[in-house]
Parts: sequence; C-alpha cells; structure tokens
Amino acid sequence: MEKAAAVLENDDLKLRLGLPGTDEPEQQSSSSQVKNNKRSCAEMEIGSCQTGQEQESGAPATKAQVVGWPPVRSYRKNVLQQKRPESETGSGMFVKVSMDGAPYLRKIDLKFYKNYFDLLKALENMFKCTIGVYSEREGYNGSEYAPTYEDKDGDWMLVGDVPWEMFITSCKRLRIMKGSEARGLGCL
Amino acid sequence: MAYSFPEEVLEHVFSFLSSDKDRNAVSLVCKSWYEIERWSRRRIFIGNCYAVSPEIMIRRFPEVRAVEIKGKPHFADFNLVPEGWGAYVRPWIRAMSAAYPFLEEIKLKRMVVTDECLELIARSFKNFEVLVLSSCDGFTTAGLASIAANCRNLRELDLGESEVEDLSGHWLSHFPDNCTSLVSLNMSCLGSEVSFSALERLVARCPNLRTLRLNRAVPLEKLSNLLHHAPQLVELGTGAYSAEIRSDIFSSLAEAFSVCKQLKGLSGLWDVVPAYLPAVYSVCSGITSLNLSYATIQSPDLVKLVSQCQNLQRLWVLDYIEDTGLEALAASCKDLEELRVFPSDPFGAEPNVSLTEQGLVSVSEGCPRLQSVLYFCRQMSNAALITIARNRPKMIRFRLCIIDPQAPDHLTHEPLDTGFGAIVENCKELRRLSMTGLLTDRVFEYIGTHAKKLEMLSIAFAGNSDLGLHHVLSGCESLRKLEIRDCPFGDEALLANAAKLETMRSLWMSSCSVTFGACKLLGRRMPSLNVEVMDERGPPDSRPESCPVEKLYVYRTVAGRRVDMTGFVWTMDEDAATARL
Repeated sequence: MEKAAAVLENDDLKLRLGLPGTDEPEQQSSSSQVKNNKRSCAEMEIGSCQTGQEQESGAPATKAQVVGWPPVRSYRKNVLQQKRPESETGSGMFVKVSMDGAPYLRKIDLKFYKNYFDLLKALENMFKCTIGVYSEREGYNGSEYAPTYEDKDGDWMLVGDVPWEMFITSCKRLRIMKGSEARGLGCL
Repeated sequence: MAYSFPEEVLEHVFSFLSSDKDRNAVSLVCKSWYEIERWSRRRIFIGNCYAVSPEIMIRRFPEVRAVEIKGKPHFADFNLVPEGWGAYVRPWIRAMSAAYPFLEEIKLKRMVVTDECLELIARSFKNFEVLVLSSCDGFTTAGLASIAANCRNLRELDLGESEVEDLSGHWLSHFPDNCTSLVSLNMSCLGSEVSFSALERLVARCPNLRTLRLNRAVPLEKLSNLLHHAPQLVELGTGAYSAEIRSDIFSSLAEAFSVCKQLKGLSGLWDVVPAYLPAVYSVCSGITSLNLSYATIQSPDLVKLVSQCQNLQRLWVLDYIEDTGLEALAASCKDLEELRVFPSDPFGAEPNVSLTEQGLVSVSEGCPRLQSVLYFCRQMSNAALITIARNRPKMIRFRLCIIDPQAPDHLTHEPLDTGFGAIVENCKELRRLSMTGLLTDRVFEYIGTHAKKLEMLSIAFAGNSDLGLHHVLSGCESLRKLEIRDCPFGDEALLANAAKLETMRSLWMSSCSVTFGACKLLGRRMPSLNVEVMDERGPPDSRPESCPVEKLYVYRTVAGRRVDMTGFVWTMDEDAATARL
C-alpha cells in the first residue's frame, strides 16, 4: 500500500505511464502492448471506432455479435420474444376471406383498414355484394349477406361486436355468409 | 474513570439505531460499546458475499434476525459472468441454520440457490417470515413447495426476476390451509399455471395480503375473483391482460378494480388488449407505481392510461410510448420521480418507434421531481443532455443506453463528452451513472472533477487511454462500484490507484487492456483485495504476461481467497502462479 501511495505522490499533475517505480517518459497508451483485436480503439480515430470483433474490416459490426449488448436482461428479452408477431412487424395481417357461393377465396390485409366501415365497404366492392349496416340488436338482419369471422378460439363470430383493435388481433379468417344462414347469429 | 451507562440502557439506546452506518460508528467508540452493539445487531447487509465469510459474520453478530446478501456482479445480468462463477448461498444457509435458529428474513440478490438450500431454510428456522430471491437461479418449484409447506409464519415470498426451473404449478398448493399470514406474494417470474382454486383460497384466507404479483398464466377472466377476496391490496401484478372481449368479463373486472381503494402499484400487464385497459381507470388516480414494461401496446393507448394517473411517481414503460407519449406524460404526471423506458426491439437494425432524446427532454422539463432515469434510445445529443442536466439538478440516478454504443451526438457528430459533463456538473447529488455513446477521456475528466457523490459508474465502449480510468479512480471520492466493459483501459491507471480499490466494494473490467502481469502485481501488492481473473481460453499463465485478461473482478475482502471457484477463475495473490483451486 505504501508503494502505491508513493506513486501517487510522484505523479504530480501528470499520470506517469509504465508500471509504478519506473521512469519511462509518457508515451502512447499501453494498448500498443495489446495483441487482442478487440481493443484497438485507442489507436483508431475517434469517430471511426467500431465495435465488435470485425474491427479491421471497417464494416459496422452487427449488434448480435457483441455479447451482452444492448444491456437488456434475458428475462426481459424472453418476454418480448414471446409476443405475437403480427403486432410487431409491419408486414400486415393477411386473412382469408370466403364468400358463400364464390368459386375461390380472397385475402385481405386487416391492417390496411382503420375501422369496420372501411372493411365492409372493401368487402362489398371485392365480392360485389351488399352487407348493409351493423346493429347490436339485429346484427346484419335485412342484408343479403352477413360478415362473420373465426376467432382465436375457433368460434364463428359476427363482425362488428367487438372494438376494432380487438377484432383485428383475434380474427383468423373471414366468411361472408348468406343472410338467410346468418339469421341465427344476429338474433341473440 | 468515565461515567458509563449500564449495559441495558445502552442496549436500549442502540435499539433505535437502524442504519448500518450508525451502528458501525457506535461500535468504534470503545470495546464495551462494540460488545453491546454486536449482541444487539439484528439486521445484516452484505453487499458482496465474498467480502466476508459466514463464520466471521456469525462470530461477530450472534443474534441476527435478518440477512441480506448480494452475489454476482451486476454485469451478470447481461450474461457477462460465465455460468458457474460462484455466489453460492449454500455455505451461508448451512452456517446460519446452526447459528441463527431464530432467523426470520433472508434476502438474496444474484445468488445461486438450490432446492437443498430452500429445504434447509424451511426446516431450520421456526420463525421464518420473509424470503426474497431477486435475480437468483439454481432452484426449482420443488424448493418453493418446501417453503410453502413448512414455514408456518411466512409473510413474504418474493421470487423477483429469478430464473426458476418450473416443474409445475403444484408448489402453491403446498401452503397449508391454516396459513393466513401472507402479506406479500410475488410469483410473476414463473411460467406454469398454478391451481386457481388453491390460489383463490390462499388469497381469501390471508387478510393482511398487501402485495400480490401473479404470473402470466393466471387468466384475466379470473382476476376479478381474486380482487374480490383482496380489496385491501396495495400492489397488484396482473397475469396476462388479454381475453376475448366480452362485456360481462369487462364489467366484472371494472367493478372488482373499483373496490380496490388502496391500490397504489400496478404491474404484470403482459399481452395487453387495449380494450380492457379502461377497467382500471377507477384506480388510476391512486396509482403511484405503474409497470407497463411488458405491455406491447401503442402510444395512444399508453397515453390514455398514463394521463389518468396524476399521482404517478414511478413509470416503467416500453419505447412504444414514443416522444409524443412522453410529452403527454410530462403534462399529466407532475409527481413523477422515476422513469424507465425499455427497448421493444433492442436488436433491430432500424428504429421501430419514434422515440428520441426529445422524449426525455420533455419529461425533464415537465416533471420537477424527476430524479431517477433509465432510458434506452437510438440517438442522443449534447444539447439534449445539457438541457436535461440544467432542468433537473437534483437527479440521483441517470442511466442512458444508446443502442449503438458509440453513437456520437447525432446533430454535431461530436462525442457526447460535454453532455455527460453537464450531467455531472449540474447534478451534484448524482449517485449512479451509466453512459453510452461516443465518449473520450474528456468525459472522465469531467466525472473525476465533478461527480463527488457518485457511488456507481457503468462504462462501455468509451475512453481513449488510461487517463480516463485514472480520472475516475482518483477523482470520484464516493465511488463504490465501477463496472467497465470494452474500454482501452490498461495497467497503469489500475496500478497507480490500487489503494483506491480498497475503499470500493468492487471493480469489474471485461474486454479491456489489463494484462495478466498487472493482475498478478495487483494481487501480490494488495492482500486485502481478491483479484480474480476469468478467462475461458485457459489458465492465464499459459499465455505471455503481457496478454490482456478477458475479465477482471477485484473486490475488497476480509475472508481471504475464494475456495469455491470453477475452472476458469483464478485469484491472483502471493502464489499467483498456481492461484486456482
């Protein structure tokens, strides 16, 4: 301990480089001794310092290569990864749409629409049909067609009952039913 | 001969001293005070489990009732400490099971706890009341079953964010029917579903239950049942906050929340379906702590909720809140003291949300009591940091993480030295600082000059030379914990400031430029320090002395060398060459 204290006294205003007790003049930092590629930052210009293992190439290191960076606890990382992907990516929520009597199905991106009104208008255009107006009591009674959807539990639900955001996260596919069949759904 | 009080009087006086600092000061007065104090100390805090041994603790303090011990260094949270490094609680539990039969509380952080330890706790301490395992690992739900079954007076069981091997949810059913003492239960880190009826009965029969943090598997539809049994709850962690929307579920949930008039803290909130958030609106005005850091919902929904919580003091949230949401927060929550913003997509190359330095600036402007910040973002500027520093001179904790660790000021492309310099210069009470961004030795000069109250400093990918480290070690008078990764700091500053290390709890340096030779020198010179080298490449003496070590962990200790190290940890001391067990 005394030795260390003596070194501090000898230092004056300048940090002496080299092991304490030696008299070497100040020189470039100790990183010249370093063989390891990871730590040549001091020798590189500020501003061009790169992280990660591939410093020589000058290519930006991918974050994944740096262990423990960014400093997010694995507990938190795991939880985020378990999220359902559709709300995370911008790639859309495509669901199949079938219509009774139509020869083939279509696909639409639910993210494209802001509300039920837009969705139903789009469906009416796509299938050249009339779906009409939703009411809580009557469903789509009186319309030629009624839009239904299959939810996460596999149940067939009437489109319009739940708030829009809830709908788009739980809707797996759409089916436009003939009005006569849909009567059962509307009258509850 | 000095007049002195009878022992009983002194003991009574000392019983009013709760802080360790006060008690330590008292024990230095004279021998008899030392003796009286040590027999009357009931609570022990051990910041580093290797700084002292169980035997030393027991020898000095024979009548302890509560022990808190911390193990692995902080960077273990980010996988920088190799598996098997240490921090085993077993020797502590074994020693205490013999010496402290009346032990009531055990709190552990970052320690390895086995089922055997839990069973030993359950068997040995008849009055056991409080078990807190924060970021621990090594045990399974079978160990929890022992605790539940045998601790008759259990008040608190808090598993924190521990990594538990989850065999089943059956452990909860081990609480006996006559257990009514629970005040706090935190099982949020567990994956398996517990028996809901067992949980419901447990909650119903514990009238003093104040804190209940459920795990994700508890369904939202059943939450109202639990709330009805515990309207006195002060802190609630929900399970997954999603369900098929049904008006009956919604209304019973809303009604259940409305009865919880004491609720101050809300957390959990995994998988939030925004349509269900209004169910909590009735309690928002009382909420002081809100953890939305698992709520993957967009800014408008976050804002709708947060702006109802006018008494909010603490908010943890994902960066989905964006700058606009933080502006709204600043406008509504004038009592805010702590803000943590976590990244929703930490590994993405491009930003996925519009959250910049501006959000933090808004909060620093609008929230006069803001004192604790953890902020993940993708860009920062000196101007923003200077503004934040000037706005909030009472800042105590400031942790900034820019996803690109060497990002410069995005406006001027300069290093962020002046920004962080402003932080330490203005915030004279700053106790904790984490920095990222492009930083030169200059920032360390500012820190050494101004950060006199700084106790913990975390540095990554910063600095140019040993001068940086020297500024910190020689200037920061209150420094207790220093953790450094990927900085060009080497031998000189470390050796020149060796004495400083005895005044600190610990120093961590990984991927720096400290050589094996310097580590050996430090270990030989400073017998009161354990100088541990971790190197998965093999024994450091199989490489030249000038070769830098992978990881270095230095801490002061009165317990001597560790004896429980695995194959990649070496202690440097007098016989440094063959240092490992």
